[in-house]
Amino acid sequence: MLKDAIRQLARDLRSQKLRTFLTVFGIVWGTVAVTLLLAFGTGLKRQMIKTTAGLGDRICIAWPGLTSVPWQGLGKGRRIRITEEDIQVVRVRVEGLKAISSEYSDSFKLNYGTKTYPVDTAGVGPEFEQMRNLVPEAGGRFINPIDVEQQRRVLFLGNKVAETVFGKGTDPIGKSVLLAGSPFTVVGVLKKKQQDSSYNSRDADQTFIPGSTFRALTGKKYVSNFVFQPATALESKGVSARVLESLGNRLKFDPKDKEALSVWDTTEQFKFFEVFMLAFTLFLGIMGCLTLVVGGIGVSNIMNVVVEERTKEIGIKMALGARQGSILGQFLLETLILTTIGGAIGFAITFALCAVFPSFGLEEYVGNPDVSPAVASITVAVLGLIGLVAGYFPAREASRLDPVVAMKM
Amino acid sequence: MASLISAAAPPGTIIEMTGIRKVYDTGKVKVEALKGIDLSVSRGEFVAVVGPSGSGKSTLMNLLGCLDTPTEGVYRIGGETVAGLTRDRLADVRNRRVGFVFQAFNLLPQISAFENVEMPLVFGGVPVKRRRERAAEVLERVGLGDRMDHKPTELSGGQMQRVAIARALAMDPDIVLADEPTGNLDTTSGSDIMGIFLDLAAQGRTLVVITHDLALARRAGRIVEIRDGKIVRDVPAAEAA
Repeated sequence: MLKDAIRQLARDLRSQKLRTFLTVFGIVWGTVAVTLLLAFGTGLKRQMIKTTAGLGDRICIAWPGLTSVPWQGLGKGRRIRITEEDIQVVRVRVEGLKAISSEYSDSFKLNYGTKTYPVDTAGVGPEFEQMRNLVPEAGGRFINPIDVEQQRRVLFLGNKVAETVFGKGTDPIGKSVLLAGSPFTVVGVLKKKQQDSSYNSRDADQTFIPGSTFRALTGKKYVSNFVFQPATALESKGVSARVLESLGNRLKFDPKDKEALSVWDTTEQFKFFEVFMLAFTLFLGIMGCLTLVVGGIGVSNIMNVVVEERTKEIGIKMALGARQGSILGQFLLETLILTTIGGAIGFAITFALCAVFPSFGLEEYVGNPDVSPAVASITVAVLGLIGLVAGYFPAREASRLDPVVAMKM
Repeated sequence: MASLISAAAPPGTIIEMTGIRKVYDTGKVKVEALKGIDLSVSRGEFVAVVGPSGSGKSTLMNLLGCLDTPTEGVYRIGGETVAGLTRDRLADVRNRRVGFVFQAFNLLPQISAFENVEMPLVFGGVPVKRRRERAAEVLERVGLGDRMDHKPTELSGGQMQRVAIARALAMDPDIVLADEPTGNLDTTSGSDIMGIFLDLAAQGRTLVVITHDLALARRAGRIVEIRDGKIVRDVPAAEAA
């Protein structure tokens, strides 16, 4: 019976090429619109996360400054100075903290061979690798706890610095350079990353050494700033407040004094970003689904026309003993097959476009479109539903015809 | 008047209509198309139904073919009562018991003669192999063994009507109903088709033919004349002349 139905369908489709083409085209168009919109949405989101996370993964950065309000008998305008010890206290005392690291920064001269280069150098802890997204290129590593403990003179280079100093051909790892007059060994180079925001300079242009080494090298006692990471982005406000309170108690400043210790909470960006992307995806999804529904209405209309055109045929079949179900089934099957074919072609087009897109080199701006399995399965479900609905009503109409009346058409 | 109707239908009775009325209710106007028909047809009979247009012939044909149900009265086909049946049950009765031959042929134009004949067998759920054999067999019988793969548009009127007859015979129905089967044909093709009907009658097939064609009617075994929704004459064809 199914074989007959398919044979019949093939015959109908052949005899009505334009109609078939238009129907399939409508569904193809709808599918491509939905999947491509959502694929670009996904790609864009991924790219934005990449570039936003370039600075770090949901981190807060804190800079000590001058107090702006009097506190416990101490006047305003006092400089707040934070030592490594203070950071250790915060690390131990503050709840909900995933990681924390001090950062010391200055500009030095770097000598390699006969040349001298001015560089920005940060003295940091090993936590920076994870917090600030400082992923080493293969073959290298970031600063580790032993480096900090033993005040090793090791150097992690931003990828642009590495290129400027060593050129493209040489692998800098293991090479010795002079930094501020002291010999340092290069242990890693930053893997190229997308970074849209920064505070000192871009990580690609920076050099990193262990914080302890930095202190010994410069005699500096106080941190330039410190970076911490709440366990989850949602806790960032509470964790920030606790960090301020802990340091405020210890260093005698009002924890609400925004100038004594100013905190940049980058998780705010992430939160906004998550909401924005959700709204954006939702918008694209709704637009896409509406497009599909419009396509479905088109298919339904066409099927209605088909029913009218084929009224006589339906009448004849019923006179010969076709049951309502087989008439209904025929039309449903037809719609489902057309929808399936249209959907499949649509998916193929989308996948092809997604595959070709990276070669246009627009990744930096809009990311690469990606059809997620969720998007694909939802689209398939919506398509199937549309196929059923679009096919059902005309089919029901067809099967309710009076055979005598239908045959006279 | 020699009426063949009896209170208890004899065992060979295929069609048995008692007090059949059909009223078309268009909302405002009620039209009584059949005003009490009693008719019984025995196995192997060849009945011609004649009458002017608007007499109720077509309504009778629709009721006989289970395309429609009567407003009142009892209709039994092959002993099976056709009343209050669902559309699907009616479809099954049409499929198994009735073979239709229409004035306008009513073949599906996009498919071959063979596939047209195969159609009622498909609806009847006959297995593929048996279906093919049967379709070929009935097409041979109407003399179209060499035209099976032609589409109706590639056939002459007479050939199309022969395909329709083959289609009507495919399920080996209790009765073949023909509505003006020669009405759309030229004289030659008409007598050709008439010949096939006579052959079928001679083979013992039960036939009810609605016709204007007096020549065909006279060659039937029995003539039933309808006028204004009633049977006004029901005689052996020999007496009708």
